Amino acid sequence: MDRELILDVRGAAYRYPGTAEDAIAEVSLAVRVGEFHAVLGPNGSGKTTLVRVALGLVEPRSGTCEILRRPATTWSRRELARVVGVVTQREDNLFPQRVRESVLLGRYPHLSLWGRERPEDHAAVTRALERCDTLSLADRWLWTLSGGEYQRVRLARALAQEPRLLVLDEPTASLDVRHEMELFELVRGLVDQGGLAAIVITHHVNLAARFADRVLLLSGGRTAAGGAPADVLTRETVERVFAWPVAIEPFEGCPQMIPLRRKEAT
Amino acid sequence: MKWLGLALAAVVAFGLAVVLGPAHVPLSDLATSDIVRSLRLPRAILAFLVGGALALSGASLQALVRNPLADPFLLGLSGGAGLGAVLAIALHLAGPWALPLAAFAGALAAMALVYRLGLVGGAELDPRVLILAGVVVGAFASAVTTAIVSLSEATELRNAFLWLWGGLSGASWDTVLVACVYFPIPVAVLVAAARPLDVLALGEEPARHLGTDVEPLKRRVYVAASLLTAAAVAVSGVIGFVGLVVPHAMRALWGHRHRPLFPAAFLGGGALLAFSDTVARTVVAPRELPVGIVTALVGVPVFAFLLRKWTAS
Repeated sequence: MDRELILDVRGAAYRYPGTAEDAIAEVSLAVRVGEFHAVLGPNGSGKTTLVRVALGLVEPRSGTCEILRRPATTWSRRELARVVGVVTQREDNLFPQRVRESVLLGRYPHLSLWGRERPEDHAAVTRALERCDTLSLADRWLWTLSGGEYQRVRLARALAQEPRLLVLDEPTASLDVRHEMELFELVRGLVDQGGLAAIVITHHVNLAARFADRVLLLSGGRTAAGGAPADVLTRETVERVFAWPVAIEPFEGCPQMIPLRRKEAT
Repeated sequence: MKWLGLALAAVVAFGLAVVLGPAHVPLSDLATSDIVRSLRLPRAILAFLVGGALALSGASLQALVRNPLADPFLLGLSGGAGLGAVLAIALHLAGPWALPLAAFAGALAAMALVYRLGLVGGAELDPRVLILAGVVVGAFASAVTTAIVSLSEATELRNAFLWLWGGLSGASWDTVLVACVYFPIPVAVLVAAARPLDVLALGEEPARHLGTDVEPLKRRVYVAASLLTAAAVAVSGVIGFVGLVVPHAMRALWGHRHRPLFPAAFLGGGALLAFSDTVARTVVAPRELPVGIVTALVGVPVFAFLLRKWTAS
């Protein structure tokens, strides 16, 4: 079964202007419809740079990056926003906004310069709110939401773009267990419903192992390992990449990482 | 309903501007009166256009620099225009257009300088740097202006000082015509930027991922808003508070989506300035108050009230 290839990064390298070393080098990532990818790695390992290259915000120094078989840098921002929805780490709320209004911004790449929102835009917003279990929040002000609700609303906005690929950059960074699990379940569910792929950048090794189909482990801008969670998350690899002793235990068929105390390791 | 109220306010403000004045013109003679036709009508129209332009410029700059307290003169334009005008007065430049042109040139120079300073790495317009650049350029221009004013004769000083507080006494059908030809282009650019500015309010990175070309957008908005303000300053001096208070009042009524906000701000700004100008030229008739004083006297209490309301909730 050869599912549609959405993102194809091959041997990409990128170096920020004025720096002597590559931020990423020789990184490959192929994402097909129906796949949930997790990108793991310590701080500064190149996760965010990889996303910037993948979304055509910067041109790779070597290697290629294609979205739907077209070089990423040749997409206009508007065209790309109809194919890729991104939930960034941070966003501002310069002016107070209601949930539905905020999600409606996801329709921006589909609207013409002077045109009004059409019925299909409002339908897409309602559908996105429903899928993220946020329809009941539609008339609330954004600033009254809890952290978990807010992240679901932002995911709904990305869904309102009707993308083929979702990219989430540390979506559960400040969430408690329940909201963290809810968000991962939600993304997994969206991917399983079809038509969609997801890339989640995260520090949660264990959640990545349980939810993702494939894991890309970055270290110092290079691929430490990539593939199914069970193949990537071995004790040797994880200890080397995160520079900390760990134990890996299987749970429901997924490798789970337990960081060790210093004393136990010696 | 809100639109009806706003339209009514605009019509009333405009009507008062035509009906009221130091000279008494009976209502029955309005259509034939020379005073109305050649003085009050062009002045009312110009006041309306300038007020609208300032409010629109303020509303869009608030979104651009991501600061709700931005106003059209935040970015150093008033300083540049004031310097240009005072230079023209000090050098005794003659001609009815010398002062407006000198002020316009000063504003454009300030705009170019601030823009250049605001470009980070030669490509990206950084709002925070833009504000800083505006403040320092404005402060420098004000210092030079004050130096010139303090060295000049008393009557000149009075002229320069009055000009800095704004006034529409130079209004004529010619200035109305210039405004009508000049304003539509920057206004159209800003109105077209309304929806992208909604997206930009989320931040530059999210805006990019939602399909906005952020850098060209910021440049367009900065240049259009500045050109609008520069022209407003050239024909009427530095009129404060319209560009700050009106957008805020309209945000309170219409919310923060720029599509409805921009036309509402234009109408509201026009109404406020037409009304303020009527007050300015009638309360101490036959003399005239600088209209900037009236907008401040009206604007500050309104703003203080709004501020109390926000901080209370």
